[in-house]
Order: sequence, then C-alpha cells, then structure tokens
Amino acid sequence: MATLQVPLRGHAGGAPTTKAVILVGGPSRGTRFRPLSLDLPKPLFEVAGHSIIDHCFSAITKIPEIQEVFIIGYYDETVFRDFIKDAARDHPHITIKYLREYQALGTAGGLYHFRDAILKGRPDRFFVLNADVCCSFPLQSMLRLFEEKDAEAVILGTRVPDEAATNFGCIVSDAHSKRVLHYVEKPESRISNLINCGVYLFATETIFPSIRSAMKRRADRPRLVSYPSSDALDSYHVPRSGDEEEKTEVIRLEQDILSDLADNRQFFVLETKDFWRQIKTAGSAVPANALYLMKAWQSQSEELAKPSANILPPVFIHPTATVDPTAKLGPNVSIGPRVTIGAGVRIKEAIVLEDVEVRHDACILYSIIGWSSRIGAWARVEGTPTPVREHSTSVVKNGVKVQSITILGKECSVGDEVRVQNCVCLPFKDLRRDVANEVIM
Amino acid sequence: MKALILVGGFGTRLRPLTLTLPKPLVEFGNRPMILHQIEALANAGVTDIVLAVNYRPEIMTAALKKYEKEYNVKIEFSVETEPLGTAGPLKLAEKILGKDDAPFFVLNSDVICDFPLKEMAAFHKAHGGEGTIAVTKVEEPSKYGVIVHKPDHPSRIDRFVEKPIEFVGNRINAGIYILNPTVLNRIELRPTSIEQETFPAIVKDGGLHSFDLEGFWMDVGQPKDFLTGTCLYLSFLTKKGSKKLTPTSEPFVHGGNVMIDPTATIGKNCKIGPNVTIGPNVVVGDGVRLQRCVLLAGTKVKEHAWIKSTIVGWNSTVGRWARLENVSVLGDDVTVGDEIYCNGASVLPHKSIKANVEAPSIIM
Repeated sequence: MATLQVPLRGHAGGAPTTKAVILVGGPSRGTRFRPLSLDLPKPLFEVAGHSIIDHCFSAITKIPEIQEVFIIGYYDETVFRDFIKDAARDHPHITIKYLREYQALGTAGGLYHFRDAILKGRPDRFFVLNADVCCSFPLQSMLRLFEEKDAEAVILGTRVPDEAATNFGCIVSDAHSKRVLHYVEKPESRISNLINCGVYLFATETIFPSIRSAMKRRADRPRLVSYPSSDALDSYHVPRSGDEEEKTEVIRLEQDILSDLADNRQFFVLETKDFWRQIKTAGSAVPANALYLMKAWQSQSEELAKPSANILPPVFIHPTATVDPTAKLGPNVSIGPRVTIGAGVRIKEAIVLEDVEVRHDACILYSIIGWSSRIGAWARVEGTPTPVREHSTSVVKNGVKVQSITILGKECSVGDEVRVQNCVCLPFKDLRRDVANEVIM
Repeated sequence: MKALILVGGFGTRLRPLTLTLPKPLVEFGNRPMILHQIEALANAGVTDIVLAVNYRPEIMTAALKKYEKEYNVKIEFSVETEPLGTAGPLKLAEKILGKDDAPFFVLNSDVICDFPLKEMAAFHKAHGGEGTIAVTKVEEPSKYGVIVHKPDHPSRIDRFVEKPIEFVGNRINAGIYILNPTVLNRIELRPTSIEQETFPAIVKDGGLHSFDLEGFWMDVGQPKDFLTGTCLYLSFLTKKGSKKLTPTSEPFVHGGNVMIDPTATIGKNCKIGPNVTIGPNVVVGDGVRLQRCVLLAGTKVKEHAWIKSTIVGWNSTVGRWARLENVSVLGDDVTVGDEIYCNGASVLPHKSIKANVEAPSIIM
C-alpha cells in the first residue's frame, strides 16, 4: 500500500485548489432504473434535455477553480467516451477522466483506490457527487461554508418529511454551528429529518486517512449491520444474507466513513432549501425532469420552448423534434431528438425519448415513452400524479402497490385508442388492448 | 283501437338520467322513449292511449299534450295511488280499455323494438284466442321466463317456465301484448302480476298465443342496455336505409350507425361511430373520437376527447383529452375536467369531476 504524502493545506501560498469526483456506479447497480437501463446506462439518461451526469458536471463547471473532474464507476470505458469528448470540447480548461473500477469497491473504496489520481497536483479539497441525485448542487455555498468553518468535510443536507427520513442517511446537527454531531445510514427509528443528499466536499488531507482507518477496522472485525444503537445490538454480528456488498473490500462513504467523521469536530452540513430528489427508479426520472426543467425555467434558460397557448412552461423540445402547433405540451415535458408529435396531442409531466412518434389526439400524462416507441391516435398513456414532496415512486391502488409513472421501454407501440395506465412495459412490446396496473414482460 | 302503456315508477334503474327527466321522456335515438311507442301505436290505428303511471309529473302532462296533437291520439293518465303491479293498471283503466269489444294493446314502456303492431293485430284476429304475447328469441333463456308451446301447435302457449335450468325453449315474453277486453274480467283491482297470474289463467283455457318478433328487441330500462338498445336501433335504421341517420359519406362518420341532430355541430378531424347518437345543440370539438355513445341535448364535448360506451346527460361538458368509457353515465349539467379519465362513472346532476374515476363508482 502506497504511503500517503498529504500536502499541507493552502500550500505554496496560492489559492486553494479543488477537484471533483462524480460517482456513477455500474450496470449491476442500475437495476431499479429498469426498463430504461436495459438500453442506456442510467447516468446517460436525459432529463430536461441533458444526461443525468451532465447535470452534475455542469454544476461543477460553475466553480471556476475546478480544473480536473473524475468519473468513477464500473461501467465499461466506452460508456462515457462520447460524454467526456463533448464535455471536454465545451469546457477546454477542464480535464475529465473516467476511472474504472474492475469490481465494485463501494463509494469510499473507489475513491481510495484512485487516490493517486485524485491527489496528483496536491489539491486541497475535492467534491464528491453521486450521479443519482437530482438537485441544484449548491457547490459554491458548500465551498463558502468549508472555508468559513475551516472544515475537513462538508455534506449537503435537506429536510424530508419525518416518515421518509429513515430511508436515507440521517444527520443530527447543531443548528447554530452547523456541525454534524451524529450520522446514521437508514436508521430504524426516527433520528432526524435532515438527510444526506449524496454531495460532499472533503479535505484531501483527512478523508483518505479516514478511509484507510475504516478499511483497517473492517479487516479487524466483521461489518456492523448498523451502528450500535441499543435497538440494533441483537443483530450486531449478523451479516445480511445474500448481500454482495458485505465483502470486506467494499467500503461505503455512507455506512463506513460519515459516522466516523461525525466524531470529528470539523464536519459540517450545508442545509439546502432547494429541490432534491434521488434518481433511483425509472419513475423518479419524471420528477427529476420536472425539477431540472423548473430550474432551467427560473434561470431563464434559452434552451426551453417559448411559452404560448399550447406550451405551458417549462417544456424542453429538442431542436430536431417536430411538434404540430395544435399539440398542447407542458408543464414539465421533455421532447427528445427527432420525435414527431401529431395534431391535437396532449403531453403533460412526461419524458418522450428519441425518435418517438405520437399520433394525433393522443394523450400522455405522467409517463416516460421509450426510444423509437409509437403511440397511436387517441391513445392514452397515463401515470398517477404524486405529491411534489413525495420521495416514493409507487402508489397503492386497490391494496396493490403499482408504479405511479407509466414507463414504456424502447420500441414499444401503443395501438390507436388504447389506454395504458400505471404500467411498466419492457422493450419491444406491442400494446393493442387496454392495460392497467401491470408490468408487461 | 286502444292501448295501455305500463310506465310505472320513477325509473330508478335509469338514474342518474331519471333524476332530471321522467323515464318516458329520456331521449332514445334522439326522441323521447315514449314517442317510439306512441308513434307505433298511432301507425297501427290506435286512437286511445292510457299511460299507467304511479306518479304524474307536470312535465309529462305538458309533453303528452303536444304528442296528442302531433299524432292525433287521445292520451290519458291512469294514476295508481298504490302500485298495482303489471295487471292491476289494466283493471284501473277498464273504462277505456273495455269501452268496446275491440282488442287492446299493452306495451311495457322500457321495451324498444320494430313494433310490428299491425301484423300482430292481424295474427291475433286470425287465431281467435283471448290474447297474444309478442316473444323474442334470446341466447341465454335461463335468465328469463321462457314460453313453451303446445306440442301440436306452433303458437298456442302451453306454459311458462321461470329461469329454466334445462333448455325448454328460447322464446321469452317481449313485454308487448294484444288482449281481448274479456281479459279484464280475469283481473281484480289489487296489486297483481299479468305474467304470473293473468297469463297462466288464459293459458289454462288455451286462449294465449305467441307472436314471434322478427328483428331487434331490447329492454332499455338501465344504462348498459340503453346503450346496447341504441346500437340495435341504429343498426335497424341502417338496414332500413333510414334518412334519420347521418350519411356515411360524411368524412367524420366511421363504421355507420350514426345519428346526428341537424342543430348539432361537429369539429374538424373527428372520428364518429359506429353506434352514436348526438342530440340537438350538441357541440363536438375538433379531433374528438366517439363510439357506442349517446350525447343528449346541449352537451359540449371539447377537443380531442375520447368517448365510448357512455351516456352524456343534457348540457354536460366533457373536457379536452378526457376519456370516458365502460358505461359511464353523466347526469344533467355535469362537467368532466380536461384530461380526466372516467371508467364506469355514474355521475349525479350538476357535479364537476376533477380527478380520475378509475373504477366503476357513483359520484354523488
């Protein structure tokens, strides 16, 4: 194991330097994004006209001092080749590299594995962004807090409804000093409704030693199921069966590092009041699309379609798409490249992907229409609206849990006048009869 | 000739429509249901019509005054103070029905068919029996009362079998009779059933015959059957080459069997049919798809809506991109919002529907 030559902070008397890491995971982690991830790696899926990873990347480009960005994951190298090429062309002053893990090392394990690349040039600090979150990425505010507090780590936090909080990493903080006092990943009982957004800023001189000591601890004794609160003592030594992440080399930021950092007095939380959503299931792309469109709308982005009687903003229409002027679109609609939208079509709260054809008078609500799919005349493809603050993408109908968002995979077709409601449809299916509340294989 | 139409009560089975109009005035094929019967009776030479009702709304009296003039018939209400069943009302109207020796018709007001009353009267006269029941063939006789003939006779009725388990025949009582006035002597003035008491008594004396109805027949007393009956009626009109139908040469007509009142307006790029009736002053917006549905007077269907197997009540509004299906029935002055889906929604008058109705239910 290489020894760490950690630079002193604020070295050489110059301005501090900062890098950024985007964690993208790998194909075996994207199963919840099926059926869309069957045809495209999740980070490349487009919401509001840009890939999910591009939303992270463009937030990073807003920090002028960042000149080096790493993408860490275990997808094949070819997956991000085009994205990196385009990003490098648009931002020539930034170096972007894909660092491929050959096995899943966990979020912290991956960082540690590539520490030499990250530490090269002796940066003072680096951001870590999970690619599966959708938020405004207030990186500048995180930097400000980091400097103001002379922090070793800053985590982005957000408040969620109490009942949802235990699905996330929960942060207990000092309201006044913003210091993180305690961190628990997915606690069994309510601890706090301030949760981990999956965006961090770390001081290089402290994070790698923390990971290393966590690895050492893990080698010495088995993994805890959860951190020892009295409730969890019973299951103290019982590893979760069948969970491949239990291998000792897998070190996750959330479970293994953050709780340790909470003991450190220099760990702070920036609570964002902006939007935040996870992009886990395919259905969560619809609220993510809405949030990014809203953000673009509020910043008066030129990319969005001009509002009119038939365009209820925000709407993104790719320049190569053809939309009949009698079609009514919006709010929160993204229309992909080469899509054709017929006369009298209605689309609301939906993502229509490349090369889709929607025939006249069809109606698409709360849905994702997969690449090259075809929607018939007077067809109705419909999901169920979920409250804005809701973090779940399923609803209970007649006592059965169904997907709230209707999703058609690649090259599906919906016949004329056919209705599809609350369904998830795998690629290449022809739907000729009305279907509701089903997964169609 | 004389006739009695059994109207009965409030028509609760056809709610929510009958919360607004008495059942005989609800339009079937763009005309009040009772007019189909009055017209058929007038055409068969009937001059005296008795309406057996157990309530008499003002609106009915006014409407029927108009029809009296139009068809040159006399229409009288016979109001039961207590429900008298299906035979009692005949006795109550004895003065009119028994005023001469000529036979009289009895019609159930829920029944829609071709009404071959002249042929039926001729048949009745020919066999010389006391009564004739029109019968219709059904696919599933086990749901009805089935008529069984005498083994040696094609029309003389031997007995009735209520909801037979084994096949005994497929002809059922179609609710249209022609009876001699002597039948009135068999009925007492009390709640009594013509099917269960009077007819079996005539059968016993060998005086009851059946008359096969050719063509369509439907009891349209409830919404599902009202829609089916509309399909049968429109198909019948098509077969006859009736001028009442909208020509299939109209670009928006799809599959025929479409009846549109001349005062209704149809938008561009609509696809209408088969089996659609559109009442007076209805406004249908652009790109609307209609099939197997009834739009009653004054309704407004906005652009791109899709309606199937639905009755849209008077002056109701259906929003843009709304979708109504599976025997949805909108009462008078109902509003269905834009993009709303209704699956078997039965909506009471003056309601506004702002959220999907995903499973059949009554919206109070």
